[in-house]
Amino acid sequence: MLYTGRWRSWLFVGPALLLIAFFLVYPTIMTIARSFFGRGTSMFGPTVEFAGIKNWTYVFTNKVMLTALRNNALWAVLFTTCTVGFGLILAVLLDRVKYEKIVKSIIFIPAAISMVGASVIWKFVYAYRPINMDQIGILNALVVGFGGQPVGWLIERPWINNICLIVVGIWMWTGFCMVILSAAYKNIPKQLLEAARIDGANEWRVFRNVILPLLAPTAAVVATTMVVQVLKIFDIIFVMTNGNFSTEVIANRMYKEMFNFFNYGRASAIAVVLLILITPFMIFNIRRFARQEGGRQ
Amino acid sequence: MRRSLVFMLMGLFVLGAVGLGAEVNVMHGWPGEQAPAFEKIVEAFEAENPDIDVVVEIVGRDRPAILATRLAAGNPPDLTPHPWIGLMKQWADAGQIVDLSGLVDTADINPALIPIGEYNSGLYGLFIFPNVKSLIWYNPKVFAAKGYEVPTTWYQLLALSEKIVADGGVPLSIGLESGAASGWPGTDWIEDIMLRTAGANVYDKWVNHEIPWTDPRVKLAFETFGNLFDKGYVFGGPIGALTTNFGDAADPLFLDPPAALMHHQATFIQGFFNDHFAGLVAGEDYNIFPLPTITPKATPDGSVPLLVSGDVVTVFNNRPEVIKFAQFLTSETAANIWSTELGELSAYVNADPMGFTDPITRKAQEMLMNATVSRFDGSDLMPGEIGTGAFWSGVLDYISGISLDTVLQTIEAAAEEAY
Amino acid sequence: MIFKRFIARSPLHLTIFIFAAIWLIPTLGLLITSFRDPANIAGTGWWTVFPKLFSGGQYSLENYIGVLRGEGLARSFLNSLIISVPATAISTFVASFAAFGFAWMHFGGRKVLFMLVVGLMVIPLQMTFIPILPIYSKLKLAGTFPGIWLAHTAYGLPLTTYLVHNFMAGIPKDLFDSASIDGASPLMTFWRIVIPISVPALASVFIFQFLWIWNDLLVALVYLSAKPNVAPVTVTIANLVTNRGQDWELLTAAAFVSMALPLVVFFSLQRYFVRGILAGSVKG
Repeated sequence: MLYTGRWRSWLFVGPALLLIAFFLVYPTIMTIARSFFGRGTSMFGPTVEFAGIKNWTYVFTNKVMLTALRNNALWAVLFTTCTVGFGLILAVLLDRVKYEKIVKSIIFIPAAISMVGASVIWKFVYAYRPINMDQIGILNALVVGFGGQPVGWLIERPWINNICLIVVGIWMWTGFCMVILSAAYKNIPKQLLEAARIDGANEWRVFRNVILPLLAPTAAVVATTMVVQVLKIFDIIFVMTNGNFSTEVIANRMYKEMFNFFNYGRASAIAVVLLILITPFMIFNIRRFARQEGGRQ
Repeated sequence: MRRSLVFMLMGLFVLGAVGLGAEVNVMHGWPGEQAPAFEKIVEAFEAENPDIDVVVEIVGRDRPAILATRLAAGNPPDLTPHPWIGLMKQWADAGQIVDLSGLVDTADINPALIPIGEYNSGLYGLFIFPNVKSLIWYNPKVFAAKGYEVPTTWYQLLALSEKIVADGGVPLSIGLESGAASGWPGTDWIEDIMLRTAGANVYDKWVNHEIPWTDPRVKLAFETFGNLFDKGYVFGGPIGALTTNFGDAADPLFLDPPAALMHHQATFIQGFFNDHFAGLVAGEDYNIFPLPTITPKATPDGSVPLLVSGDVVTVFNNRPEVIKFAQFLTSETAANIWSTELGELSAYVNADPMGFTDPITRKAQEMLMNATVSRFDGSDLMPGEIGTGAFWSGVLDYISGISLDTVLQTIEAAAEEAY
Repeated sequence: MIFKRFIARSPLHLTIFIFAAIWLIPTLGLLITSFRDPANIAGTGWWTVFPKLFSGGQYSLENYIGVLRGEGLARSFLNSLIISVPATAISTFVASFAAFGFAWMHFGGRKVLFMLVVGLMVIPLQMTFIPILPIYSKLKLAGTFPGIWLAHTAYGLPLTTYLVHNFMAGIPKDLFDSASIDGASPLMTFWRIVIPISVPALASVFIFQFLWIWNDLLVALVYLSAKPNVAPVTVTIANLVTNRGQDWELLTAAAFVSMALPLVVFFSLQRYFVRGILAGSVKG
């Protein structure tokens, strides 16, 4: 450590802490408290009654909420596996070709696009027209071209439409994972890989026994970041289906309870559930970070 | 360099914040086809009142949500035209809107429409732009060519549909998609059917949750609607209906050859398909007939019940210029602009149907003024959780194949909480 | 010889090609559609332009004109700039001060506070609006640009502080030793030594934040409203999606207008971006 002048330290971190206290800490505490009270549109007004655990029971027993929880689990598994998996594969494969930079840019472009923009793009891809009209969505055009019936991609429940939404997320975030894993991959000393190959290991073996273990820490961080993202996922579902046809997710339910149904008690309970789900992953990330920091002292 | 940029931008902002003259903030949700008409009304008002500047904010989705947030933040718009009577009542209860009795002269509004904006002996909504909903749009040329007759009872409608199918055509076009509001056209169908199978009194009980959603009469209304899909009368089937945007759902009638022959929708749809197809002539290329009666017992006087909706103007901030604008919206000038631009109806008390050059609007206006049984759109009267939530998604779930009993139970569970 | 190698590695190239195609095609469809007229869009798929890709007459700028002028997207673009640039600047500024403080200054509770700051990344934004808004309106900040600048700064602090801290913590200590020998105060050291060195990290954080804020929908909707004189591009487009749900000619043009700036920013500043994310995170 360098400086020990205390008031000077507060000068540096003060503004940040103030902003965070107001915008993040204070609302969180209020929300946790609010989740034990009933419906209404004010935080704690005369019309708001104490509701005990009623909101909490709702969150874990109501059918729509359970669907949302199921969907978030599906997102967590599929989205994370694919973004990290594809990111890894692309990082390794692209390292071997000359046109690496161009393809990397192509994969990364969606990350620069807003969710709304992405939703427009993919809504177009999934567009449906009845069989006797020309298809304008590329997916249905392919299906019809191969002799099938057009599919209502965003309507078929329970798996197809959810997967179609998850695809949009994967499309947007794989680039991010790829970039990070690629840098980590390039950090592996080439001699290590060469040594393994000389010893007679084939590519797959090299990948499994040398590359993967070395990339595991980075992959873990990337994966937990993705999981945190996905538990909070909102924009894509909000714009494309608004949770209809069993595509509901937790963050969208919270938005609806708060802004459409004016039940702040329930909305708060849902928010806190979200918080509880995310926390273990954050603890993992922070622990890893603390270990890093510890080494630095 | 960055610092000077920040100051420059802040300067811009300061300039923007310092308004010049009185300002009225209006928030509406009228989509692209109707917004220009409202602009014209604003222009007419500003021409008469050069010192008042009307700022229009268009919010396409989740407007109740946005309004709730702005109310909580203490900066709602000055006024907003909207169809959500249930919500208006909630606002009135919370003291968030202005009681306009005594502030605004309602002499220009059709007396039959004034009560809709009244609540607890106060006037909270000025009825301005009515919509008649119980209409079936059809293509008279095709009907004439194929020898189809306009049905006057439900059974004739079904028989006609059978005939159309036998001739290789598609009877109905239905469009349920509407972004966050998807499902609402289906609720209109079901409300219209309720009026015709169970009658106006039961309709009122249903809207006020005096009978449960699982009541057999409610179930029958849903089933009658679903029956149209089961019999294959709908263009594109369930998926077609679920993915077609309401604004495009009348278009199949005007394709060559037509992809469907009838469409159930309110008067406003005229603005939409005229935007998509040039040169359509009202009365020749398209015409309307009221959705026929179903159960004679439900409509004892034989007349066709009318499902009506529209927008009422609700005021949040009581300032002279705001009241002035609200008053202007009820005036004959505003009503005329709206009617002429969009072929929409007028809430103006002395609206002269013959004054409408458009025969369709004339017909609808006559229906509006002559109806003996009329009811306001049910989903707009219900509390938000149902009217803009459970009912809408219930329709979507039912059409996409979920069992009706499950759907009705889900809505009923939500209703028990909401009422 | 090179050719032979290419063939031998064709599975590799094929796999990569498939990935690239899947990633590129949706955006390509958007781009092409934005230049077609509504009748064509509704009637035929956008891929049908390929046989006659370069023959004029089927393309027009109509949609872009319509969306910039008619739907007010030009004004929204300006609003997006007014929102994003100052907010990002303030955000980076505050975060770099804080990161330095956490990395190199000693004060009670330093470690715990830092973990708290980073841990707050989990907070879903929707949760914060209702408690904050009444206070905002009392302070007359609701619906104003400075109001949203503060909000975006605060919401971005956990991540930006983490990223900058990652980098600053890795600065070799000897750099500071020479400075403290010269008697420099922390502020001077920060300003004269640390900031210049941290430019890559700061640049990447700047880009990150800029993209995030530019593409944000929810915070703008809640803190600013959809009034045309303040609404950013995202809000305008979200409205279009609801109101003109099937008017693909408008949606695609609008979407492309909204993407243009972020893409330019990204491509011209790529290297900072990648370098910044990685500073520190790979060492572990």
